[in-house]
Amino acid sequence: MSWVFKTLNSTLGKKLLMALTGLFLILFLVVHLAGNLQLLIPDGGKSFNIYAETMASNPLIRIVGIVNFGFIALHAIYSAILTRYNKKSRPVGYAVTKSSANSTWSSRNMGILGSLILIFILIHLRGFWYEFKFGEMPYVTYDGVTYKDGFAIVSAAFGNIIYVIFYVFSMAVLAFHLSHGFSSAFQTLGVNHKKYTPFIQKLGIGFAIIVPALFALIPIVMFLQSN
Amino acid sequence: MNLTLKVWRQRNPSEKGGFKTYKISGISADMSFLEMLDVLNEDLSDKGEDPVHFDHDCREGICGMCSLYINGQPHGPHQTTTCQLHMRSFKDGDTITIEPWRANAFPIVKDLVVDRSSFDRIIQSGGYVSVNTGGVPDANEIPIPKVIADESFDAATCIGCGACVAACKNASAMLFVSAKISQLALLPQGKVEKRERAEKMVAQMDKEGFGACTNTGACSAECPKEIKLSNIARMNREYFSASLSTENV
Ligand code: HEM
Ligand code: SF4
Ligand code: FES
Repeated sequence: MSWVFKTLNSTLGKKLLMALTGLFLILFLVVHLAGNLQLLIPDGGKSFNIYAETMASNPLIRIVGIVNFGFIALHAIYSAILTRYNKKSRPVGYAVTKSSANSTWSSRNMGILGSLILIFILIHLRGFWYEFKFGEMPYVTYDGVTYKDGFAIVSAAFGNIIYVIFYVFSMAVLAFHLSHGFSSAFQTLGVNHKKYTPFIQKLGIGFAIIVPALFALIPIVMFLQSN
Repeated sequence: MNLTLKVWRQRNPSEKGGFKTYKISGISADMSFLEMLDVLNEDLSDKGEDPVHFDHDCREGICGMCSLYINGQPHGPHQTTTCQLHMRSFKDGDTITIEPWRANAFPIVKDLVVDRSSFDRIIQSGGYVSVNTGGVPDANEIPIPKVIADESFDAATCIGCGACVAACKNASAMLFVSAKISQLALLPQGKVEKRERAEKMVAQMDKEGFGACTNTGACSAECPKEIKLSNIARMNREYFSASLSTENV
């Protein structure tokens, strides 16, 4: 098995782990967004609460949830390892650099962007995930069945302008992270082809704009509704 | 043209080094950047000072010896070698900052001269065909599709200058190594050993202390030979498939 570790420990292998965990997180974002958008259905939170309960009680979804936590951790840990390693590869820097001439800002600042996303994820987990699971939750009853009223928690949080601004800012950070990360992951996996790469790059930019924008739309709409 | 030069001066590998400012006048716009430095060095020699050491050899853009990080870009503002950069790319009165390539794996020898033998050791680790494959075969004796031949030839134009490493925020050598891996992996003579070659060259690259790849694309944008990023993707494919299929446990 030592060859597995040798490969994953090489500079290429570490990036392979970044790319695979990153792509998984991208898939997760889509599923998460589909759930969140139900917050906007004008039924007082019924669809959202039923959806949340269904997800939380499905064993398969719970396993995927645990894998997801593991992958966020792995992505963040390898991001730290790589960023440090890359810094060490140039111990003395240049006095003058004109990197804007050869690369995008996002691609050069993935570590900073990622760290901001990590802070967002931690606050987000404390505010929602932890509350839903372990907090004192209000309950609602639909058609004789009792559900946790997650919708109430979310609308309370999104009534706070500071939280809304923080959320929208974090989605902008995610957009920049993805504007490089999406297509970069394919390059890392060795997918670079005249036919597909231009498409992947366009898809990546589209994804980086649309998905964070829809995520950010939810707190904005809910804030406006709450006032 | 009159110019102000801020040049990195460092007497030996262990000395700390620092910038020195020189005023230089009477520079023609038709001079190459290296000829401008020759003028500076004649001035310095006349004054009994140590001339600025910098690498160069062919002065026609084919050997890869000339280096220099000029005003924040390897080989200066154009995608060419420093010997092919001309003073018409600068304006009278400009200040030009000249630094050596900065990378852990390219230690400074003196002033602007760096030791790029880490590239040689990567080639020595597997960047060759082990057996003598004979002379040039007759045309069409070994059929190779034109696109493949072109792809290999494009990769083979890499002159090993190290601008990719100098440009990369991680001082990564991926573009160089991937060009060398690609050039051989695409043709029948090199294909036979491509898996072992990818494993060995990547291992040596890591051992030399070059950084990992963030896919910023700075390397390819600054490469005087326009080596493409698709070579890096090919190297990743070759390396991962080699890792899964060779018998090196
Ligand atoms: C939903 C959250 C996230 C998604 C969807 C995501 C996605 C991605 C993707 C697809 C890549 C490209 C991988 C490659 O170049 O092969 C990437 C790179 C990166 N990510 Fe994330 N990421 C997320 C969160 C984070 C977090 C929390 C951190 C750090 C704490 C982080 C740090 C990085 C860094 C530093 C890179 C660049 C690594 C390199 O190439 O050197 N990301 N991310
Ligand atoms: S890939 Fe380009 S920049 Fe890098 S060594 Fe080869 S010719 Fe120079
Ligand atoms: S001196 Fe040979 S390429 Fe510039």
